Amino acid sequence: MSAGASGAALGSGGSIGSRLATLLRTTAFKLTLAYLLVFVVFAFTILGYVAWNARRVIDDQIVSTIEAEIAGLSEQSRVGGIRRLVAAVDRRSREPGASLYLVTTPAGERVTGNIGALPPGVLDRPGQRETTYGRLDDEEATPHSAIVRIYVLPGGFRLLVGRDVEERTRIREVIRRAFGWSLALVGVLGCLGGWFITRRVLKRVDDMTRTTRTIMAGDLSGRLGLAGTGDELDRLAQNLNAMLDRIGELMAGMREVSDNIAHDLKTPLTRLRNKADEALRQAAGPEELRMALEATIEESDNLIRVFNALLMIARLEAGSVKEEFTDFDAGEVARGVAELYEAVAEETGLVLDVSVEPGLHVHGSRELVGQAVANLLDNALKYGTPEPGDAPLPLRVEARRDGEDALITVADRGPGIPAPERARALERFVRLESARSRPGFGLGLSLAVAVARLHGGSLRLDDNEPGLKVTLALPLGPEPA
Amino acid sequence: MMDSTPRENALPSPLMRILVIEDDRDAASYLLKAFREAGHAPDHAADGLDGYAMAESGAYDVLVVDRMLPKLDGLSLVRGLREQGVQTPVLFLSALGQVDDRVKGLRAGGDDYLTKPYAFSELLARVEVLARRRAGSASAGEPTLYRVGDLELDRLSHRVTRAGREIVLQPREFRLLEYLMRQAGHVVTRTMLLEHVWDYHFDPQTNVIDVHVSRLRAKVDKGFERPLIHTVRGAGYMVRAGSEG
Repeated sequence: MSAGASGAALGSGGSIGSRLATLLRTTAFKLTLAYLLVFVVFAFTILGYVAWNARRVIDDQIVSTIEAEIAGLSEQSRVGGIRRLVAAVDRRSREPGASLYLVTTPAGERVTGNIGALPPGVLDRPGQRETTYGRLDDEEATPHSAIVRIYVLPGGFRLLVGRDVEERTRIREVIRRAFGWSLALVGVLGCLGGWFITRRVLKRVDDMTRTTRTIMAGDLSGRLGLAGTGDELDRLAQNLNAMLDRIGELMAGMREVSDNIAHDLKTPLTRLRNKADEALRQAAGPEELRMALEATIEESDNLIRVFNALLMIARLEAGSVKEEFTDFDAGEVARGVAELYEAVAEETGLVLDVSVEPGLHVHGSRELVGQAVANLLDNALKYGTPEPGDAPLPLRVEARRDGEDALITVADRGPGIPAPERARALERFVRLESARSRPGFGLGLSLAVAVARLHGGSLRLDDNEPGLKVTLALPLGPEPA
Repeated sequence: MMDSTPRENALPSPLMRILVIEDDRDAASYLLKAFREAGHAPDHAADGLDGYAMAESGAYDVLVVDRMLPKLDGLSLVRGLREQGVQTPVLFLSALGQVDDRVKGLRAGGDDYLTKPYAFSELLARVEVLARRRAGSASAGEPTLYRVGDLELDRLSHRVTRAGREIVLQPREFRLLEYLMRQAGHVVTRTMLLEHVWDYHFDPQTNVIDVHVSRLRAKVDKGFERPLIHTVRGAGYMVRAGSEG
C-alpha cells in the first residue's frame, strides 16, 4: 500500500491526499481489497466453467446434427446413387439456416453445395474436424469457422457436411461480456462498500483519537463514545473507559495520599524542627543538648519509618515483589508472629489465644505476610488493651482453611470500629478520631491491605462483638511435592 | 587472594580493616570517621571500579558496599568478587529497602543488608559480626559450648546452666540466648535479634524484642549478683561477664 504516505498523521484532517493515504492504510480497506480479489477469482472460475460447459454442449449438438444429416443423405445415396444425393444436397443448401454442404468430384471440383472456399487439403482426408471456410454468397470471403465431416462416396466423390460454429462464438462473446460486467460491478460495489466501511470505522477511530487526545492533554473526565452496537470497537471503547475510570480513581487516590502525606509528614517535621530550635536557644548545658539531639534522632527515625512504609506500599501495589515469591505455610507464619508478640501482649494485659490449622500452603512472600500479621497485632496491642488495673482481655489469633483461601484472623476485645467507618480505616494515613491520641501513622492496615492484594487475597474488618476482627485472606497455593 | 591465607590470629581482633565503597562524599566521610572512633581502620573507594580493585587486592575484613555506585554497581561488584574467589564478607548499604532488594543483594553474594538511613550503632554491630564470622570460619568453626562468666549453654544437649544450676528455657528463649552468647562481648541490635531468632526483617513498631529479652533476663540474671545481659543504650543488648568484656 502507500508506504510513502506514512508521514501523514492519523485523523489530522489534513489535505485530501493525506486523508486518502490514511484511508488506504486502514485495516478495513485492506480487508476490502483482499475480499475483492477473492470474489474476482471466484467469478472467473464460475464463468470459465460455464463457458467451457456451454461450448461442450454446443459442440455435441452440432456433431449430432451433422450425424443426422449424414444419415439422411447416405439414405438418399443408397436409394438413388450420386445423382439423388446431389439433388438432395442442392435442395438442402438453399433452405434458410441450412447446414453446410459440399459435394466434389474425385478431382476436387465442386458439384453442388453452399460452401465457397476451403483451405487446401481439407477434403483429402475423411473424418471430422474443425476448419475455416468461405461462404458461397459472401463476396468478401471472410473466413468462418465450422465443424465438418467428410465422406468419400463410391466413385471417388467427396461429401462434406458441416455446421457453422458462429453460435458457439456468440455464446462465448456473451459470457465474456457478462464476465466483464460482473467484474466491473464487483469492483465498483467492493470499492464502494470498502470505502463506506472504512470511512465508518475511520470516523469512529478518529473520534476515539480526538477523545484520547483531550484526555492526554489532562482532561481525565472525557470518555469514549459508544455506538451501541456491541461490536469490537464498542468493546474496545468500553475497556478503555473502564481503564480511564480506574486511572481516575488512582489519580484521586494519589492526590488524597499526597495531601495526607503533606499533612502527616509536615507535623512531625515541624515538631522536629521546633525541638531542635528550642534546644539551641534554651538548653542549659551539654546534658540537655544531648537529650534534645537524642529526641530529634528518634523523631527522624520515625519519619524514616513512615517513608519506608509508604515506599513499601507503593512497591507492593506495583507488584514488583512477585519475582521473589516462595511457598510457605501461612499457619506457621501466624504462629511465629503471634509468638513474637505474645510476651508484649501479656505485659499489656492481653491473653493471646492462638489456634492454627496445619498445611495452609501459600505461594507468596513469607516476609510480607509476617509483616502484615505483625501490623495487625501491633494494632490490636494499640487499641485492644484493657485499662490499667482492669481484667485481662483475650486476643485471638487464628489461621484456618476456608474453601480455596487461608484465613488469618486477629480478633481483639477493644472498642472496635463502627461499621460505617470500617472502609475508611483501610485507607492510607487514616487514623480514626478515636485513635488520634495514640502513636502510629495510620499505615499499618493499608500495608496489610497491599500485602493481601499482592497475593490476590483480601483484608476484611468485622465486628467481633465487641471488638475488631481483622481477617487476612490469602489464596491457598498447590501442595508442595 | 585474601581467603586463601588465613590470618595468623584467628581470634576476633579488636581492629578491623574495613573498605567503605560509597560514592556519596558526606556519607563516606561520616562512616570513616565513625569507624575510626570505634577503633577500626577504614579505607574508602568512591566508585565501583576502584572499590573492586581495592577489594580484590587488599586484605580487608569486611566490605561495606553501597548498592548504587558509579562505573560498576554494587551487585555486579560483589558478584565479580565472588567469581574471583574473594570471600570477604560484604554488607550492602542501600536506599532500596524492600524485601526483593534484600534478597537480590544476598543472592549476589552479600552477607548482610542494611537500609539507608540507618543508625551507625546498627551498622557497627553488624560489621563486627561479619568480621568475627570470617575470623571464626578460618578456625575450627562454632564451638558446641558457649560460656560467659558462670553461664553455660550447650548447643547439642540444649541445656543452660548458671553456676551449675539448670535454667529451663522455652525453645525461642534458648535461641535468643544462644545468639546473644555467640556474640558475647559485642552489641546485638533488636533487628539483628529479630532476623536471627525469628527470621523476619521488618521493623516492629512495638517493643516486642525488649519484652522477650527482659523475660530471658528474669530467668538468667534474677537472683544473681552480677547481671550478664546488659542493655546498651541506643543500640541494643550485650552479653558479657563483668566490665572487662
